[in-house]
Amino acid sequence: MTIALRNVTLPLAEFSLEISEELATRTTAIYGPSGAGKTSLLEIIAGLRRPTRGVVSIDGTTVFDSEKRIDVPPRRRHVGYVPQDDALFPHLSARANMLYGVAAHFSAPIGGLKPAATLENILEIDTLKERSVERLSGGERKRVALARALLSRPEILLLDEPLAGVHAELRGRVLEYLVRVRDELAIPMIYVTHELHEASAVCDEIVMLDRGRVIRRDILRR
Amino acid sequence: MWIVWFTVRTAALAATLILPFGVAVAWLLARKRWFGKSAIETIVALPLVMPPVATGLILLKLFGRRGPFGRPLHEIGIDIVFTWRAVVLAMMVMSFPLLVRASRIAFEDVPARFEQIARTLGASETRVFFTITLPLAVRGVVSGLLLAFARSLGEFGATILVAGNIPGRTSTVSVSIYNFVQLGKDEEAYRLLVFAVIVAFVAVWTAEIVSRRRSVAP
Repeated sequence: MTIALRNVTLPLAEFSLEISEELATRTTAIYGPSGAGKTSLLEIIAGLRRPTRGVVSIDGTTVFDSEKRIDVPPRRRHVGYVPQDDALFPHLSARANMLYGVAAHFSAPIGGLKPAATLENILEIDTLKERSVERLSGGERKRVALARALLSRPEILLLDEPLAGVHAELRGRVLEYLVRVRDELAIPMIYVTHELHEASAVCDEIVMLDRGRVIRRDILRR
Repeated sequence: MWIVWFTVRTAALAATLILPFGVAVAWLLARKRWFGKSAIETIVALPLVMPPVATGLILLKLFGRRGPFGRPLHEIGIDIVFTWRAVVLAMMVMSFPLLVRASRIAFEDVPARFEQIARTLGASETRVFFTITLPLAVRGVVSGLLLAFARSLGEFGATILVAGNIPGRTSTVSVSIYNFVQLGKDEEAYRLLVFAVIVAFVAVWTAEIVSRRRSVAP
């Protein structure tokens, strides 16, 4: 799995995001201070933000090309995006949230994801399913959002600060779930964080971003 | 009693007929940028501020037997003016802005974030609308529909011009109240008045309750 960004430019409030990188490892952390452009980068990959120029390709398929006017809509990019605020649908139960992407994708099996039963075990979501999303804790919400993204059978998981909004005592647990997802589902991840210890606990490589530019890349493990 | 039943039925029909169109216009105004948007916004709001009688006169000219819409309809055997259809038409035009306004605000209040996430989960635009946008805006839409229904029940100015006051055919509660007062039949007028007040009160009260209730997942 490779995500290639070539001369991608997106003007932000105080600076421009300018990226030319290939993210090819199994799990890559995008690490940097708040406001460095990390979320914008994820949104560009997911198709939720349109760069002013550049080329974005996911596993060899061009999903955005400003010159050729290619802009594949988010629903055809097969990315599992878990935003910082979870964005669980408030009018649906936890189960309906989790199954939202299943119905949309049921005819197009993608990737090597194991069945939902395995995911339930990994994320321990069985007891959460019948609950209203308003009655879930921060950590539980993250697990439901993660399950929702994974059940849509994405080719890559995009995680935006997955420990944000989770109580400090529970962060270790959520991090364990993420490591299990990484190891047992073997799905590539791009993990946005501003905490170095999170990045090193989950990821193989760290890409450091500051004011819209990659300033350093470090491989942690192969 | 016929008058009450006729008014409720025509108002319900008018509200039903404007629902899909009103929701579509509200969504387009809330979510899309397009050429001529501000002109349509203004036209949609016009019946709110124009004298209802003036709106009625426009409808009379458009849907009269020699009007641009009335003539082709007459040729296929459908007459609008001075029939129950004119009553429904006047109600539709006069209540349309209320439905659009309430629905538009409701659509604008739905965070675009939820729609974006639904798209990344593979949902088509139609599915996003019916499973995310509309359910999250439904209280505003229902509230707008109830207001439109209540407005239709009380419609007078446009109705009297385009549908007249034909007993047993086009006389609504409002038109009949006016008529009974003119004829000195105060008792009949007061009976209809009580009905008008009760129905308007219930409709507006329900609309308020619906729009203010917090959305709680099952």
